[in-house]
Amino acid sequence: MTHDPSRRALLAKTAAVAVSGVAAVGAARAEPLPVPDSNKSLGRPLPPEEYGMPSKYESHVKRRRTDVLVNKQNYSDWSFTPLHQQLGTVTPTGLIYERHHNGVPDINPDQHRFAIHGMVRQPLVFSMSDLMKYPSVSRFHFMECSGNGLTDWLKPAARTVQQTHGLLSCAQWTGIPVSTLLDEAGVSPSATWALAEGGDGSAHARSIPMKKLMEDALIVYAANGEMLRPENGYPLRLFIPGWEGNVSIKWLRRLKLGDQPWHLRSETARYTDPMPDGKWRQFSFEMEAKSVITSPSGSMKIRPGPIEIVGFAWSGKGRVRAVDVTLDGGRTWREAQLEGPVMDKCLTRFRLRWNWTGEPTTIASRCVDSTGYVQPTVADIQKVRAITGFVQHHNGVFPWSINEAGEVKNAIA
Amino acid sequence: MRSLETVTMTFATAALLAGCAGNAANPTASSPHARSMMLGTPIVEADISAWNIDVRGPDGQGLPPGSGNARAGKALFDAKCASCHGAAAAGGPMFGTMVGGIGSFKTDKRLLTPGSMYPYAPALFDYIRRAMPLTAPQSLSNDETYALTAYLLHLNGLSGEDAEMNATSLAAIRMPNRDGFIVDDRPDTNAVRCMQDCRPLRTSVPAP
Repeated sequence: MTHDPSRRALLAKTAAVAVSGVAAVGAARAEPLPVPDSNKSLGRPLPPEEYGMPSKYESHVKRRRTDVLVNKQNYSDWSFTPLHQQLGTVTPTGLIYERHHNGVPDINPDQHRFAIHGMVRQPLVFSMSDLMKYPSVSRFHFMECSGNGLTDWLKPAARTVQQTHGLLSCAQWTGIPVSTLLDEAGVSPSATWALAEGGDGSAHARSIPMKKLMEDALIVYAANGEMLRPENGYPLRLFIPGWEGNVSIKWLRRLKLGDQPWHLRSETARYTDPMPDGKWRQFSFEMEAKSVITSPSGSMKIRPGPIEIVGFAWSGKGRVRAVDVTLDGGRTWREAQLEGPVMDKCLTRFRLRWNWTGEPTTIASRCVDSTGYVQPTVADIQKVRAITGFVQHHNGVFPWSINEAGEVKNAIA
Repeated sequence: MRSLETVTMTFATAALLAGCAGNAANPTASSPHARSMMLGTPIVEADISAWNIDVRGPDGQGLPPGSGNARAGKALFDAKCASCHGAAAAGGPMFGTMVGGIGSFKTDKRLLTPGSMYPYAPALFDYIRRAMPLTAPQSLSNDETYALTAYLLHLNGLSGEDAEMNATSLAAIRMPNRDGFIVDDRPDTNAVRCMQDCRPLRTSVPAP
């Protein structure tokens, strides 16, 4: 490889340098190092108090609304996590994806109340201060919207992995097991479902099986060590590990126990899967095993040489057992390295070193989870479901094409 | 013996026992009793009534007293809803049509409207009451909510213009998509972990 300073300078201005920068190492003699200004001047003093923010040089790292299925209002809308800029398994709190049904409410925690009623021995109401006195648990879990991938089933629409897969985040969630509070209210033996309802302007609600609530669901008030952000449900939300995000009701105000599901709009007219013969699949809560390569990914540019392929894998059924990567459009696959710790229902990073020769190709990843379930292709899914309209629960293998110029593009089909 | 016990356990008991037994996958789990603090304040259902707005689809449980018809609903809709949903709910500046689509699910252009999609009419009342209008949710009276529900059902050809909708009549309407749902039966794919000589992925670019 020849030394070409102008080309290197140009590349340094693009996101591609993160992917291809390695290629130039050892190729030529670097320029002499001047002493930087930061070594020769006073730094910024410490203010008496502050909430630290990212460097101004990172101001491009932002949640973004959809640029494909653009809504005409921004109250029932969504924004995506920039997965290609997420460097660990935990999503920075300010970048956790959003899906609201009537905007973000402003709730004073001193006035917030959470009620448990319906088929219980004793209906109870809790203040935030009550709830925060309970022994807490903290768990790392991913959260994914059932509509993640909505626009990209049969032909490319989104250009970046932020838009194709960014209705996905991962955090350390802190709160109380739902079972603890339900047990205090005294669950009727006949109660099999509970309605969870939010205190926002949509009063978003879902029916949730008691079995799951008692198993591992949490009443959450914190994420990543601090109180929830308003857009993530401040001051209180439900968190249902491994299930579609919209059942983890934000701004939670009540759980009402019953002996059958409610069949609300949000579980009939929405969040259901089109199936053959005009049918719809309902209560498809679990987010099945899935993975995506985040680097290199859509809109990046790579150069021939060593490429570190990086991505995320996850499963709502358990742990990631393995991730396979294809570098030749699916003809052959090799197992990628998983970065520990590999946790239950949690984002897991994988990596694979590749020496790109400059030949056009297609790359993709495939997740295998701890139940042995293998991430399907869209073609596999299409055999058993109807892909039309608002298709949900898209966990198909996602291909990125790379052309001779090194440009990476969404290649879904 | 053990299987008999399992069958007769309630959910609450089952979860309690599972917690006591420990959960290897989640080292932080413990029994609900171990965390119990009994800090909740007892409340009676009557004092939760303002929050107790849910309506159960299949039998309409939770539908309040009151009634309304499509004529009254049209006037309300024109005043409070048409600015987003369009005249006669045919689609407006913000949202698409809420009329039609019945019979479209077996075509490749499924049109989702309250008429075509909802399996139970009471769910329409529930949604309007909890979430509409977007700028002033939970501001409609019961009669207004019944009237708007009646209007949308009428526009979809599911009830007459003068039909009074109330707790009894609304639950009695048979929606076209009543039997349109199947419960989650996944995993429905059976992908194999092929490593060599696999079928190439379908892609939107020509193979190199």
